[in-house]
Amino acid sequence: MAIRIGNAAGFLGDNLDAPRLLAEQGNLDYLTLEYLAELTLSILARVREKNPAAGYAADFLEVLKSLLPALQNQPKLKIVTNAGGMNPAACARAASAVLAKAGLGDVSIGVVSGDDVLAEFPKFQAAGCKLENFDTGEPLDTARLSLVSANAYLGAKPIVEALAAGARIVITGRVADASLTVGPAVHEFGWGWQDWNRLAAASVAGHVIECGAQATGGLYRHWEELDLGHVGYPIAELEADGKFAITKTKESGGRVNRQTVTEQLLYEIGDPQHYLTPDVDVDFTTLEVRDAGENRVHVENATGREAPPSYKVSAAYRSGFTASGQLLVCGRDAVSKAEACGRMIFERLATAGYEYDEKLVEYLGTGVSAPGFRPAGEVREVMLRVSVRDARREAVERFTKELAPLITSGPPGLAGYASGRSSVRPVFAYWPTLVPKELVTASVEVKKVDEWNTQA
Amino acid sequence: MTATQTIRLGEIAHARSGDKGNHANVGVIAYTWAGFDYLRDVLTEQRVKEYFAELKVTRVDRFELPRLSAFNFLLYNALGGGASQSLRIDTQGKLLGTSILELEVPRPDSLDIMLRPLH
Repeated sequence: MAIRIGNAAGFLGDNLDAPRLLAEQGNLDYLTLEYLAELTLSILARVREKNPAAGYAADFLEVLKSLLPALQNQPKLKIVTNAGGMNPAACARAASAVLAKAGLGDVSIGVVSGDDVLAEFPKFQAAGCKLENFDTGEPLDTARLSLVSANAYLGAKPIVEALAAGARIVITGRVADASLTVGPAVHEFGWGWQDWNRLAAASVAGHVIECGAQATGGLYRHWEELDLGHVGYPIAELEADGKFAITKTKESGGRVNRQTVTEQLLYEIGDPQHYLTPDVDVDFTTLEVRDAGENRVHVENATGREAPPSYKVSAAYRSGFTASGQLLVCGRDAVSKAEACGRMIFERLATAGYEYDEKLVEYLGTGVSAPGFRPAGEVREVMLRVSVRDARREAVERFTKELAPLITSGPPGLAGYASGRSSVRPVFAYWPTLVPKELVTASVEVKKVDEWNTQA
Repeated sequence: MTATQTIRLGEIAHARSGDKGNHANVGVIAYTWAGFDYLRDVLTEQRVKEYFAELKVTRVDRFELPRLSAFNFLLYNALGGGASQSLRIDTQGKLLGTSILELEVPRPDSLDIMLRPLH
């Protein structure tokens, strides 16, 4: 028997109706919801700083409300999500309040935590782990960098543990995106943790569906052929032997074919012979992908090798402040006017005594954002975009006040400043590193909604 | 080279791109096996590095996925600091897949069998 796993969120901010539509139309065994991009946790860490009961993907609660009828009508439907962010237990408590009100007090929720390892860093260093940045090789100097978050990408094991203990909803913090799919597959099929080829297959399926509609027509080269306004989200139909199909619901728009699935297979990968997850080292080069009917693609022959001995850990540290602002510049001399405006902004800031660690002026519409986009004819409309980054917040504040004056003191033909000053944002830089698995302990707690709900 | 002696990569392949920290990846998929064999020769690491020179890419690695008629290009330091720190409008390399389809390659003799098959 195949199991059907649908993913209806690819990041925090994805379409809010997709989960309900997929759950109600997809005949799913599992609905997965993926909310955590690389730097989402650093933002959620700051949310938790201000409110100890927050720091999870709050969108999930709204989504959960919309899923109540599906949960009531489909006893087999389970949910696996990393909506827990920096605070999975708080997410479970908030979710429990929603479920209890709907008469679902008997449902078990499993919480997976232990990924938040920031407080463990001294212990890791004492154990001889230098926490080198794996892009640059530089060892981590915690005295120099102001860290805000550090999370290990946990694997599928704790998810399987939660499901085995009866959880109908599993809420995690950081886990590898593909593990949201591997967990249900291992739980249902009873695969072993050395069954590398099957773990690889489920990881590939997870990789294909983890970004939601990107597998079903979103970003597709031939987008104009599709009804993306009603795009469906992807369903992976896994077999016990590791073969799987990618498909979508009949009612939805978009497309699933060899091209849309292959585009997504290649999305954000490095060496395709070593796609590393905490569960397995996957080889994408053995995969066979073929069309198998309308909006259905078969993927076979995934191969895997032993999982890496370390967890990837993503840390984030404060790296000053940034802001950027835009002004529309029009006229037959639009480009030279935009260039002049860019110069004037920084001349005036220099007069006020400000230089910046980094600054950038872009003339959007002239083909500067990447090669191949230069307009064929004359450009009479340019979006001037000016950005800075600096260690000093007040210097960046001052920068945000220097665009508006151009409206009256710059060249004619400027518009688009009605929305006011742009905001100053803190910058979180990214420190990717590895930590031996034996130093990290994942924990799993499974309780009924009514029990989660009674806790403060 | 005149216009008729070259074609855009987009005539024989499609693509998708994304970020890997401060690096970017661009997956290029030939529509046909013939197109894949042809691109093996002309879509070299050097050619792709030159094409993206203005983004200050420091190194390009090409990986082949022959069973998918595809290549994965890893573009080192392509994002001006990466998703977290880059000041560019495209902090995540989302545009690069669309961009690479404008890359020009010599017109192959057998272009007809490399175009997108019509179903």
